[in-house]
Amino acid sequence: MARYQNIFTQVQLRGAPEMGPLLGPYDFPRLGKPGFSYWIGKIGNAQIGPIYLGGLGILSLFFGFLAFEVVGLNMWASVGWDPVQFARQLPWLALEPPGPEYGFQLFVPLAKGGWWQIAGFSMSASVLLWWLRTFRRAKALGMGTHVPWAFASAIWLMLVLGFIRPMLMGSWAEAVPFGIFPHLDWTAAFSIRYGNLFYNPFHCLSIVFLYGSTLLFAMHGATILAVGRYGGEREIEHITDRGTAAERAALFWRWTMGFNATYESIHRWAWWFAVLTTLTGGIGILLTGTVVDNWYLWAIQHGYAPAYPGPGVIDPATLPGASQ
Amino acid sequence: MSGLGRIVAATGLVTVTIALGGCELGPKQSQQTGFRGTGMAQIVDPDHVAKLGAIPPPPYALPDDSGPRAREAYQNVQVLGDVSAERFNHLMAAINQWVAPPEQGCNYCHNPNNMASDEKYTKVVARRMLQMTRTINGKWSSHVKGTGVTCYTCHRGNAVPTYKWAIAEGVADPDTIVRNKHGQNSPNVSVGYASLPYDPFQTYLAGKAQIRVAASSQYPSPNHVVSIKEAEKSYGLMMHMSTALGVNCTYCHNSQSFRSWSLSRPQRATAYYGIRMVRDANEGYISPLAAVFPAYRKGPHGDPYKVNCQTCHQGQSKPLGGYSMLKDNPTLKGPPVPTAAPEGGAAGAAVPAVLANPQAMTRRQ
Repeated sequence: MARYQNIFTQVQLRGAPEMGPLLGPYDFPRLGKPGFSYWIGKIGNAQIGPIYLGGLGILSLFFGFLAFEVVGLNMWASVGWDPVQFARQLPWLALEPPGPEYGFQLFVPLAKGGWWQIAGFSMSASVLLWWLRTFRRAKALGMGTHVPWAFASAIWLMLVLGFIRPMLMGSWAEAVPFGIFPHLDWTAAFSIRYGNLFYNPFHCLSIVFLYGSTLLFAMHGATILAVGRYGGEREIEHITDRGTAAERAALFWRWTMGFNATYESIHRWAWWFAVLTTLTGGIGILLTGTVVDNWYLWAIQHGYAPAYPGPGVIDPATLPGASQ
Repeated sequence: MSGLGRIVAATGLVTVTIALGGCELGPKQSQQTGFRGTGMAQIVDPDHVAKLGAIPPPPYALPDDSGPRAREAYQNVQVLGDVSAERFNHLMAAINQWVAPPEQGCNYCHNPNNMASDEKYTKVVARRMLQMTRTINGKWSSHVKGTGVTCYTCHRGNAVPTYKWAIAEGVADPDTIVRNKHGQNSPNVSVGYASLPYDPFQTYLAGKAQIRVAASSQYPSPNHVVSIKEAEKSYGLMMHMSTALGVNCTYCHNSQSFRSWSLSRPQRATAYYGIRMVRDANEGYISPLAAVFPAYRKGPHGDPYKVNCQTCHQGQSKPLGGYSMLKDNPTLKGPPVPTAAPEGGAAGAAVPAVLANPQAMTRRQ
């Protein structure tokens, strides 16, 4: 019996390396001689390799590297190629999107946001190619495509922020800068500009699913580890052939919260919560500025922003004497 | 402990130290400033409160406003001619204490052989600053209230006030990415070390750009096209105000809606007039002195150093802790003048009743 009451993975299998099923006639070969790592085995599978990169993987890494370099070199240039200042100011440095004067123009001068367009295109290409790779690899293994579709939900939010919404608003300036503090300040400015994003119902939904995902993950992981001594990690068999581990886990949740998911449904819960986080988030961003310009006023209009007694200050710009 | 364990522990310690390095340790003081549940509170770290230096006492007791007028006793008195010569001398002594470098004294502005002469640029500037001070104490009583300001509010014993601004140094060639940060993304104290645009002053405190970025209507309108980049710039100005006054956002605003006035505290209206007062001081009094100031008293773009909120406030919500030096220097108040009318502009016209009273929308008909 495995020792599951521990922080790190306790069981490491050693034997002939698992080489995977045969590849199709148009696939690249898997590369490298597989080996084992004791320390990697503490957090995952101890076997490293063989690696499958394939055409899509190589292209994706190429565009990802290009985006990384364009962003990094722009940041480095902004401090005059000074390596010390680059390290010191790194959290502040950014690659900014074009200004509002360029609208949604296809080619903006490089120093005025053109590099941002190149980096954004490269990052999008990299991510989309990697998506196609996950889809193709899932098919090659005869798997379902649940992972690619969940990944697609995250890509949706990324594309809404950086491309679809700026396109609908007709301005690249609406897009997010690349940078650590700059993208956070952008987020705060976005909320201030659009009258408090917390009153955006899709933002609310996205937060519910995000926090719900972490809760479900913690509940599920804890449950399976807790019934590990009864073979609870054999989740798939337990879907149709409930052993004592599944019975105990189910009864625990019925006792503590009156309802239990099954060994099948808990994975559907987790998948949908994760997917809906970015799906609803993307919808919320897409509606901001295109359909709703001030979420606080929108929420007041629909009766769901709470009304607190205020000091009743009057806008000086509306007082007599103010030029109208 | 194994070698790996030591490495892990050392790495962890360094990470925690770096992560917590920006924290201000020690107990904080929190004071509720609005309706419960709205997060209206001022949180103060007693270890980091701006320290108030000793306020200099008047040079001597304020004399009566009787006897000969300054214009009768002296020549070339253009601003304070109606004041008694005794009071005029009293103010000169005070200015000596507030502004002039001790080793130069009166001679910082005056030619000792001809006190009436305007040959020193500092005297011309001082005259304009006296007019500015009187304007602030009269026309802008909406901001300075009865407390008022004196030269000391900004100067604090320095010939040039410590906190000032000029148009920020630009990039040599804006068409290159080298040394070009597009006016932002630098750890800059003027925006509280955020990555926001660090020169909001030229736009908002010399120019009159619209600070209000959130819409007045729930739905988009062609009358309100404001880029997020403009919101970042406005946000930068707010960071400056917060730093300059040593307060949180909620000193003026309710974070439920930064835009709504009825949810805001009265301090926001005081700040509204303060912004316009600063514009008046910069555009009406300081910028016109560009030809008078020598080059070493100007910024990299050749504009004189101007004022922002920090110039007077210096980290305190009320400059000098709210102490009024005006009562010992009534000369700086000047004759009564009408107070400035509020400015409306585009936002004034566009503000619908809803932002003055948002709750009215939820009342069932």
